[in-house]
Amino acid sequence: MNGPVLLSDSAAALTVRNLRVGFGSAEPVVRGVSFAVAPGECLAIVGESGSGKSVTARSLLGLAGTNSKVTADRLELGGQSVLGLTDRAWRARRGKDVGLVLQDALVSLDPLRPIGREIADSLRLHTTLGAAGRARRVLELLDAVGLPEPESQVRKLSGQLSGGERQRALIAAAIALNPPLLIADEPTTALDVTVQAQILALLEQITGAGTAVLLISHDLAVVSRVAHRVAVMYEGQLVETGRTTEVLGSPQQEQTRRMVAAIPGDKPRGTRLSPSGKPDTPSTLSTSSVQSTSSVQSTVVLEAVGLSKSFRRPDGTRQLAVDGVSFALHRGSTLGIVGESGSGKTTTARLLLALLAPEHGEVRMFGEPWSAASEKTRRALRASVGAIYQDALGSFDPRWSVAEILTDALNLRHERGTPPTAKLLTSLLDEVGLTPTVLPRRPLELSGGQRQRVGIARALAGRPEILICDEPVSSLDVTVQAQVLDLLDDVQRERGLSLIFISHDLGVVQHVSDQIAVMRDGRIVEIGPAERVFAAPQHPYSAQLLAAVPHSRWREKPPFGEKEPIG
Amino acid sequence: MAEPVAPARVLPRLAARLAGAVFVLWMVATITFFAVRLIPGDPAQAVLGGPGSQASPEALAAVSAEYGFDQPVIVQYFAQLGRLATGDLGRSYALNMDVGPLVLSQLGGTLLLAVLALTLAWLLALALATWSTRGGKVAARVGSSLEIVAAALPHFWLATSLIVVFSIGLGVLPPISTGDVAGLVLPVLTLAVPLAGFLGQIMRESLLVALESPFVLSARARGESERGVRWVHALRHASLPAISLSGWAFGSLISGAVVVETIFARPGLGRTLLNAVTLRDVPVVIGVVMIVAVAYILMTLLTDAASRLVDPRLRLS
Repeated sequence: MNGPVLLSDSAAALTVRNLRVGFGSAEPVVRGVSFAVAPGECLAIVGESGSGKSVTARSLLGLAGTNSKVTADRLELGGQSVLGLTDRAWRARRGKDVGLVLQDALVSLDPLRPIGREIADSLRLHTTLGAAGRARRVLELLDAVGLPEPESQVRKLSGQLSGGERQRALIAAAIALNPPLLIADEPTTALDVTVQAQILALLEQITGAGTAVLLISHDLAVVSRVAHRVAVMYEGQLVETGRTTEVLGSPQQEQTRRMVAAIPGDKPRGTRLSPSGKPDTPSTLSTSSVQSTSSVQSTVVLEAVGLSKSFRRPDGTRQLAVDGVSFALHRGSTLGIVGESGSGKTTTARLLLALLAPEHGEVRMFGEPWSAASEKTRRALRASVGAIYQDALGSFDPRWSVAEILTDALNLRHERGTPPTAKLLTSLLDEVGLTPTVLPRRPLELSGGQRQRVGIARALAGRPEILICDEPVSSLDVTVQAQVLDLLDDVQRERGLSLIFISHDLGVVQHVSDQIAVMRDGRIVEIGPAERVFAAPQHPYSAQLLAAVPHSRWREKPPFGEKEPIG
Repeated sequence: MAEPVAPARVLPRLAARLAGAVFVLWMVATITFFAVRLIPGDPAQAVLGGPGSQASPEALAAVSAEYGFDQPVIVQYFAQLGRLATGDLGRSYALNMDVGPLVLSQLGGTLLLAVLALTLAWLLALALATWSTRGGKVAARVGSSLEIVAAALPHFWLATSLIVVFSIGLGVLPPISTGDVAGLVLPVLTLAVPLAGFLGQIMRESLLVALESPFVLSARARGESERGVRWVHALRHASLPAISLSGWAFGSLISGAVVVETIFARPGLGRTLLNAVTLRDVPVVIGVVMIVAVAYILMTLLTDAASRLVDPRLRLS
C-alpha cells in the first residue's frame, strides 16, 4: 500500500487485509485488497466499471453473492472479525454495524412501499421499539437528512419524490441505527449536479458526526469533494492509496494518471484527454476557433428561432418543454447545451432533427426552412444532419451486425442497388478508430466505447455537415469518455463539422464547446462564448450550476483528524 | 392504507368503466347473434324438436311467424337487442323455459369450479415459484420443467388420465360429478394444473427479477432475512403480473369448463352451452355467452382492484 497508514488498526471502524473475492472457478475479481477506515473518516475507492469496487463493498456486508468465494487475512468491523460469519450472525450486523447506500433510490427503495416503512425496517429488525417509537424515529431521521416536512413525506412512495429527496430517504434508511460504518456505492451517480452537491454535503455531515464512510465511485470529481483519502482500484487491486489531494494532484501510478488526465473540465479546448498516437494539434485548433468566434465571416448552418414545444401532462394540462429557444450554430464550431434533467435539452435536439414539429418558431438549416419544410424535402437533406445518442446500444437493431448497421446508413447517400464497397466501410471504421474485425459483430458483442464509436461512424456515414450529439458520453467510463471526446474532436476538425453537443455534465460541455447555452425549464437562461460563461456567468442559475460542479482542481480538504466546521 | 380519494375523481372513472362494459356487452351480443346464424339449419326446426323431427311445413311456417324468423335479419337483430336491453334473455327453443332462470341455475356450479380452480392454481404456482427460486440449480430446473409440462397439458387428456388413475386404478375418487366435495376434486385439478404451470412460469420470472433488484439488496443490507425479503418485498412484486393475468385466466377457465363439465358429467354453463349449440338453441347460446361476458367483466374489475391494492403506484394517478 502506498501512502501512510494514518491509524492504528485497533481504532479503525473497518480493517481489510488481503481481501480476495472470486466467483465459481473464474479468476478472482478482487485480488488482495487492503485498507482501513477510521471513525469520522471518508475513504473513497475509485475505479472504472469492472474494476471490482462494488464487489469489494458488498463483501464487507457479506453480500458478495451466492456463489462467491471471499477470503482475507483480516476482515474486521469495529475491531471484530467478520470472517466466516454465519448468515444469521451477518444479519444481526447488517444495518446495525454497517449501512449501505446504493445508486438511484428510485429502485434502491422498494417502489411499492412508503419510504417511512423502508426507513423503519432497520428499527423493526434490530430494536424492540414499538410502532409509535419507530414512527417518531423515522421523523427524526428524515429531519436529520434534510427532507423538508417529514410528516407529509413518510407515506409517499419513492416514485413520488424527486431524485434528491429519495436519495436522502435512502440515506436515512441506512443510518437509522447510527451504524459506525456507512458504505455508499455510487450514491450520487444518477443525480443532477446541484442535487449531487447537496447529497455530498450530507455525506460530509455524516462523516463529521463521527461515522466512518466508505465511498465507492467512478467519478474523481465527486470523490475529491468529500474523501479524506482515495484508493484507486484497477483490475481487482488497489494501485494507489493516499490523501485525496496527493493522489489526484500528483498521481504516481499510470492508471491513476490516465484517469485524472481523462477528466475534461477546464482543460483548454483541443487538449487531448486520452493517450493515443495522434498528437495535439493546437495550430489547426486555433484556426478553427478563430473561424468560429469571428462571427463576421462565419456562416450560420443551423438556426433556432423562438422554438416552443409543449406536452400534455397525464392530468390534461400542458407543460412547456421548450419555451422560446433561439440560437445559431456557426460552421465548424460547437454549441454546447447544458442543463439538468427535465430542462428541455433532448426535446430541443428532436426539434433540431425535425423529429418533432415546433408549436411556435422554426428551425432553419443553411438558411433554408427546415422544420417548416415538408418531410419529402427534408428527407433529401437528412443525410446532412447526423445524430449521436447516449444509449448507443438502444439505438441499434440488436440483430444487425456492425456491417449491416453501417451499410444501411451509407445507403442514405448512395444509390440503392450499388452497395457501398468494403473499402468505404473500412475507411469509415478507420476514421472512428475501429478495425474491420468488428464488422460481423452485433451491438451486444461490443464494449460501451466501441458501440459509441459505431454510433459515430453511423452518424458520419451520410457525410453530414452538422452533428447533433445528445449526451453522447454520459454512460461511458471516464477514460473511455476521454477517447470518445477526442475522437469527436478529431472528426470535427478533419471534416469541418458543426456540432450541437448536449450534456448534463458541465465539465464535458466546457471542454468541447465554443459557445454554451444554459437551459432551465425549457428556456435558455444564458448563452455566450464558453470561456466567458464559465469565467463570469451572468445568470444566477448558471452561477449556481457552476458552483455545484465538483472541480478537477482538487480542493484542499483538511487532512483527517483536524476538525472542520460542518456547513 | 389507501388515502381517501375525492369522489370527483372516482365518478368519471366509474362512468368510463360502465360505458366500456356496456359497449363490450353490446359487441358480445352482436357477434354471438350473427355467429349462431352460421350454424346450418332452420331455427324453426330447433323449436319443433331439433334436426331429427319431422315437422310439417305448415308447423314450421307457424313457428317462424310466431318467433319472427320470417322477418329480415336486421329487424330480428334489433328486436333481440331491445329484449336484451330490458334484461330479457328470451325463451329457450328446445327446453321451453325462460333462458334467464335456466342460465342462472347453471351458473353456480361453473363459478364454483372456476373460482376453486383459480385459487388452487394460484397456491400451486406460488408454492412452485417460491420453492424453485430457493437458490438450488436442481430446484430451478425441476421447477421450470414442471411448469412447462403442466402448462402444456390439454384439459381432455388430463381429465381422462386423472380418471384412469384415481377412479379406475386407485378407486378413491368418483369419475363423474356426485354433487359432494369428492366429486369436485378431479374437475378442479383438471382446470387448475395447466393454469398453475402458466402462472408459475410468470411468477418465477418476476420473482427472480425482484430478488435481483437493488431494493432487495438494500433490504438485505438492513439485515432483512431471506424470508423477510420474500414476504415483505419480492413476492408482492412477483404477484403483480400474475394478478393482471388472472382476469384472462378466469375466461380461459370458463371455456375449459365446457370440456371438463362434459367429461365429468357435471351440470353447468359449459354443458348447457354445448347442448344449446348442438340444438341451435339461439336464445340459450346468447344467454350463456352474455352471462359469461358479465362474469368476465366483473372479474376484470376485481383483478384491477386487486392490482391497485397491491401496487400503490396505481392509486396515484
